[in-house]
Amino acid sequence: MSERKKAPPKLEPAQQTQVVNLQRRLLLRSGLSLGALAMLGGCNLQDGDQVDKLLWSMSRWNDRVQAWLFSGQRLAQTYTATQITDPFPFNAFYAEYNVPEIDLDGYRLEVSGLVERKQPWTLQALRQLPQRSDITRLICIEGWSAIGQWGGVPLRTFLERIGADTTAKYVGFKCADRYYSYLDMPTALHPQTLLALDFGQVALPPDYGYPLRVRVPTKLGFKNPKHIVELFVSNQNPGGYWEDQGYNGFSGI
Amino acid sequence: MSTRRIHAWPVRLTHWLNAFGMFCMISSGWGIYNASPLFAFHFPTWSTLGGWLGGSIAWHLAVMWLLVINALAYLLYGALSRHFARDLLPLSVSAVRRDLFAALRLKLQHRLGHYNAVQRLSYWLVLALGVLVVLSGLAIWKPVQLHGLASLFGGFDIARYVHFFAMAGIAAFIVLHLTLVLLVPSTLPPMITGGRRETSHE
Ligand code: HEM
Repeated sequence: MSERKKAPPKLEPAQQTQVVNLQRRLLLRSGLSLGALAMLGGCNLQDGDQVDKLLWSMSRWNDRVQAWLFSGQRLAQTYTATQITDPFPFNAFYAEYNVPEIDLDGYRLEVSGLVERKQPWTLQALRQLPQRSDITRLICIEGWSAIGQWGGVPLRTFLERIGADTTAKYVGFKCADRYYSYLDMPTALHPQTLLALDFGQVALPPDYGYPLRVRVPTKLGFKNPKHIVELFVSNQNPGGYWEDQGYNGFSGI
Repeated sequence: MSTRRIHAWPVRLTHWLNAFGMFCMISSGWGIYNASPLFAFHFPTWSTLGGWLGGSIAWHLAVMWLLVINALAYLLYGALSRHFARDLLPLSVSAVRRDLFAALRLKLQHRLGHYNAVQRLSYWLVLALGVLVVLSGLAIWKPVQLHGLASLFGGFDIARYVHFFAMAGIAAFIVLHLTLVLLVPSTLPPMITGGRRETSHE
């Protein structure tokens, strides 16, 4: 995350990385531009800390509204193979040449938290579980969107296999590239939420999150962590790489 | 019984809350736009609110509540108090044409407490744009949960354009609106204090 040079044009939040790094911890507070300061100058909201707190608590309110609006049954629209976006945009919080290298033979998905069976999973074992594939639209928080096909194990199936406490609040993910994120349990149990192993007709390529990523078509793109190496079930909000900097935690669509 | 104010307090309160809300929404919206522009231009950073994408979105999704609740209060008041019927109606094509030509020849007299036909038309248009900007905003916020609404706009990607153009229409209204206030500054104090009507009936 240190000196990063120019990234390909349509990088998701990567373009923001440098700004974000400067502002880490200051978060939304320092996010006032000159124009905004001038505008808010006449108001009592001028104090950065107060504005910041207000924005954070509104974001938590939006979490609640979205959880209420979310339907565990309503499926995201699916598309036909001819509608798939090709080439599919690469995006990460770093440039393409920093995609992590992963030894597929040694790869294991670790499982922890409120689950009965904590043995790690190999890719072969994951492929032996029931699979599902959907062609859906990935919508980035930046505003662009792209259609792709992801296949893999429904997260619900996986959670049942490991004996997860599905009354817990969150499923957290840790990634090989130090990314991390989480899903609320109702979203984790949604039928289209996948532990994706395949992209189109092939095993997930490195750029698209090999060997295992989350694909959740009812959330914005950054809630679809790639290169995941650990899954855990928890009642504590696990936070996330972008969530901790101020992106809305629920970010449902 | 003839002390009716030029602008009733609910109109003034909602108007100024809306003005604050609109400026926050438009400037944070420009910040969000810049993350993935629809056209070959960016908005200058100094004109955006939030500092970075996460900040702009936090502003946008916080202030939207103020904007919508305030707008609902205004619409409810306007309908129930007969403010709309009394002050924004009637409205006819011929009246608009008459007032527009008079205004262009700088012959339109501004009577405090009375909106001319051009004003009435522009207020109705900006109210309609306000409805459009909120609905298209909901469609791009929740294209899955509010799928029906998003399809009404032709899907997520087209709804983004609708949202943009509704904003552009509102921005154009604001430019016109502020120009008119500058040209006839005597309208401004009553919008703040309420003012007093000279005659008892309107
Ligand atoms: C700082 C910015 C603004 C100023 C100084 C301002 C000023 C005014 C004034 C003086 C009037 C009364 C006009 C008259 O009596 O002839 C008025 C009415 C109105 N303004 Fe604004 N305005 C501002 C921003 C806005 C914005 C952003 C909107 C909407 C997007 C808006 C929408 C309206 C509407 C709909 C009315 C009619 C209200 C009614 O009677 O129901 N204004 N404004």
